[in-house]
Parts: sequence; C-alpha cells; structure tokens
Amino acid sequence: MTIAKNNSSRLLSFFDEFGKLSIFAVRFFKEVFKPPYEFSELLRQCYNIGIKSLLLVGVTGFIIGLVFTLQSRPTLQEFGAVSWMPSMVGISIIREIGPLVTALICAGRVGSGIGAELGSMRVTEQIDAMDVSGTNPFKYLVVTRVVAATLMLPILTIVGDALALYGSYLVEFNKDDVSLQLYFGEVFSALEFGDLIPSTIKTFFFGFAIGIVGCFKGYNCDKGTVGVGLAANEAVVYTSMLIFILDFIAVLLTDIFYE
Amino acid sequence: MSSNKELTQEKKIVVSIQDLFISFGDNHVLNGFSLELFEGENLVVMGKSGCGKSIMIKCLIGLQSVDSGSINIMGTEIANLEKEQLDDLRTEIGFLFQGSALYDSMSVRENLDFPLRRHTNKFGVLNNTDAMIIEALRSVGLESAIDLMPSELSGGMKRRIALARTLILKPKIILYDEPTTGLDPITSKEIVLLMKSIQETYKTSSIIITHDMDCARAISNRMILLIDGIAYVTGTFEELSKSIDPKVKAFFK
Ligand SMILES: Nc1ncnc2c1ncn2[C@@H]1O[C@H](COP(=O)(O)OP(=O)(O)OP(=O)(O)O)[C@@H](O)[C@H]1O
Ligand SMILES: [Mg+2]
Repeated sequence: MTIAKNNSSRLLSFFDEFGKLSIFAVRFFKEVFKPPYEFSELLRQCYNIGIKSLLLVGVTGFIIGLVFTLQSRPTLQEFGAVSWMPSMVGISIIREIGPLVTALICAGRVGSGIGAELGSMRVTEQIDAMDVSGTNPFKYLVVTRVVAATLMLPILTIVGDALALYGSYLVEFNKDDVSLQLYFGEVFSALEFGDLIPSTIKTFFFGFAIGIVGCFKGYNCDKGTVGVGLAANEAVVYTSMLIFILDFIAVLLTDIFYE
Repeated sequence: MSSNKELTQEKKIVVSIQDLFISFGDNHVLNGFSLELFEGENLVVMGKSGCGKSIMIKCLIGLQSVDSGSINIMGTEIANLEKEQLDDLRTEIGFLFQGSALYDSMSVRENLDFPLRRHTNKFGVLNNTDAMIIEALRSVGLESAIDLMPSELSGGMKRRIALARTLILKPKIILYDEPTTGLDPITSKEIVLLMKSIQETYKTSSIIITHDMDCARAISNRMILLIDGIAYVTGTFEELSKSIDPKVKAFFK
C-alpha cells in the first residue's frame, strides 16, 4: 500500500519535473531568436563546451576504436571474415557508438559543469544580480549554453568518430599492414548517405538535451550548497537517460524512413 | 524632535510600500507591511533573521512577486510595469546583495562593466566605460583591484566592489542588504563611512537592512522594526532605544 503510494507520488513528481522542463524548453525557443544576441558569450561557451572537451572525446574515441577492433578480430577470423572489419567498424561507430559515447561523455563533463555553475550562481544570487543589471540572465546564461552545446556536439562526435576509426586502422595496420587509404576507402564504401545524415542529426538533439537539462537543473537550483551538488548530479542522470531515449527514437525513425 | 518631524514632512516620498503580503505556502512572511522612504534619507530596517527583510527589498526591485499590496517607486507603480520599463526603473535603484553576488567568472573590471552593457538608456551609447569604472572604484578606494578576480578578494573587498558595481549606474535609491554582516568591526566601520560618504556625494536615499547596532546608530535617520510581518514600530534610533515595549527592547540589549 505504502509502496504503491510512494511509487505513484514519485511518478507524479517525475511528470511534474518533465512538465517544468518542457516549459523551460519552450521559453528557450521563445528567447533564442529575440535580440539582443549575446555573441561573445556564445563564443566563450562554444570554446568551453567544445574545445575543452576535445581531448577527452578524442582519447575515448581512439581507445574505443582500438579495443573494439582488437576484441572483434578473433571472432571474425574464425569465420574467415577479417576483410569485413572496416565496414563493420565503420557502420557501428558512425551509426551508434560514436554519437552515443560522445554524448554520454559530454553529459558527464558538460552537463554536470553547467548544472553546478548555474546552480552556484543561483544560490549566490548572481543570477538575481544579472537580472537587476538589465541583462536577461536566461538569454545570457541559458540560451548561450544550450546553443553552444547543440552546435558543438556534432563536431565533437565527428572528431570522436574519426579518432575511433583511426584507432581501428592502427590495429589493422599492425596485423595486416593495410594502407590508410585502403582502410578508410573500405569504411566509407560500406557507409551510405542514409547512415551519415540521421546519425549527425541525432547528435544535435543530444547536444540540445545536454544543454537544456543542465541549464534547467542549475537555473532552478534550490538554496544551499547541497542544492548545487544535487543540480550537477541530477543533470548528468537525467541527461544520460534522455540521450538513450532520444537514441531509441532516432533509430526507430530511421528504421521507418529507410525501410 | 519636532523640527525633525517637520523636516521629513515636507520631503518627497521616493519609495512607498502599502500593505504588502507575501507567503510561501503556510509560511506567511509579510502580513501587511508598509514603509515610506523620504528623499535623501537613510532608513534602517531591523528584524530577526528569517523575518522577511531580504524578501521585502527584493520586491522593491521586482525580483520577488507579491501576493498583494502596492509598491510605488518615484511615482511609478511597479506592479504594472513592462519588462523594459522595469529595467529602466532599475537603473535608478542600486541593490547591494547580502552575499555581494559578484560574478565569479569575471574580473572586477568586467563585473563593473556588466551593468553598463544594457542599461545604456540612461547614458546613451557608451564608448568609454573605463573612466566610469575607475571612478566607481575610486569612490570605494579600490582602484588597484581592477584586474583581480573575485576569488582573489577578501570579504570586505568583495563588499566594496559590489558597492562600486551598484554605484556605477549612479542610482537615486540604494538598497543595502546587510552591508556589514560577516565583517570585522573595523571593516564594518569603513563600510558604514563609505555608505555615508556615498549618500553625501550622490544625494541618494537608502534602505539599509542590518542586524548591526553600531551600523544602525551611525547611519540611520529613521528606523523600522519588522516584527511578525509588519512594520511594528517606526522612529529614530534614540526613540526606539528608549522604548519600553519588550519586543522593541529585545533588539537593544
Ligand atoms: N524561495 C523561497 N521559497 C520558500 N520560502 C522562502 C523563499 N525565500 C525565502 N523564504 C522564506 O521567507 C522567509 C524570509 O526570508 P528572508 O530571506 O527574507 O529572511 P531575512 O529576514 O532576510 O533573514 P536574514 O536576516 O537571515 O537574511 C524565511 O522564513 C524563508 O524561509
Ligand atoms: Mg536576508
């Protein structure tokens, strides 16, 4: 009885939260096209979110490429299908692993950062101070970060993908002495246009999710330093969940369209 | 005493709050609070921690919505204002936040520059903000800190920089939320002197929220005690300190 009650109240608060997030997102779309634009702050955020995540995304992608190829090589060898390696790696990395891993890494690094930064600004009244000084804090803080995350994630994904493929190539080069041109030629001949477009489009959505959830959590942070930690934490958890859901929807839609 | 009364009566009212009610759920914070601030006056508001002082001055600047009551600032009813009009009015009001609220990610110069970015209606387009920044820093005696980051400043310096940031728009009204709390007695005294000199130089009217008796004695022209969500009693520091009401006496122990 109490468990049911507890669960239903949890479900209710989940929908409450989701509703508030939607209102927050609507507000974003209302403000994003309205002048004045905060270009210099947008550039700064692109740098913070994009350039500063490059190393992490690159290294992770590279290692995933290496490991993925090393792990799947024996199995392919058993079936005498090692020549399929480039196409298999290409398809799985570009379609799925690259976008997903990049988005999850950014949810951890960028989402929590945004949640904590805006949360502490809220708690120490810096957001109120901005409001008083005639700058719309929603525009200055939220819009710039969400736009930057949306624009930067596709770029980060491309970098991650490229390094993962390069890692995979290094393994093949080590074992079979294939040339870079040949390897990448094989990778891209296996890919269709239908692979590239949807997997790029979904990274925009991943970026948007990371930005909007991080901002939502930080901007509406409760009082106190506990609130800031919670904002950062929840930003990561919610964003990761949302990324999986979005990915599922993306795969479903692609499946329908390219049948 | 009577001459003091006459003086205030002929003065213009710059801020007037009437019957303000604010509650958070069952927590009725303000229950019909009223206040009048006269031109050129330093009005001290005192009250127990958590009685709603910060909430009350946040209403004045449109950071907090009210349940009912009217707030009039220099002849404008703020409830009916559009966002732009509110922003224009805000250029006339300086607000010193309880925790200074300097922007952590910006240097002192950028902190002071920030209010100048949008509030250009008041001064026209600005091309030399540096001169204004330096002037504001000079008035708080911290020109040397211009390129430091907030994390490199002490609590007292932060308070001064925050004060410089509120001064930069040359406001007619300044709202101080506990300007001396958390500072040592000597630094507190410096801040009080600074507030006095600001009032004399810029002819501002101020509402000062404080727990600090020395600060209240030094700066107040008039005091209000906020008790149980209303303006319980109003008078000069001497009048209140001689009061025999136990609730008032409790403050002056
Ligand atoms: N956002 C909020 N949601 C719910 N309750 C709030 C909120 N903000 C303030 N309160 C409540 O309003 C009351 C007044 O808060 P306020 O910050 O005005 O106190 P204060 O008089 O400034 O105290 P202090 O001297 O400690 O600064 C407190 O009881 C607080 O719990
Ligand atoms: Mg307070």
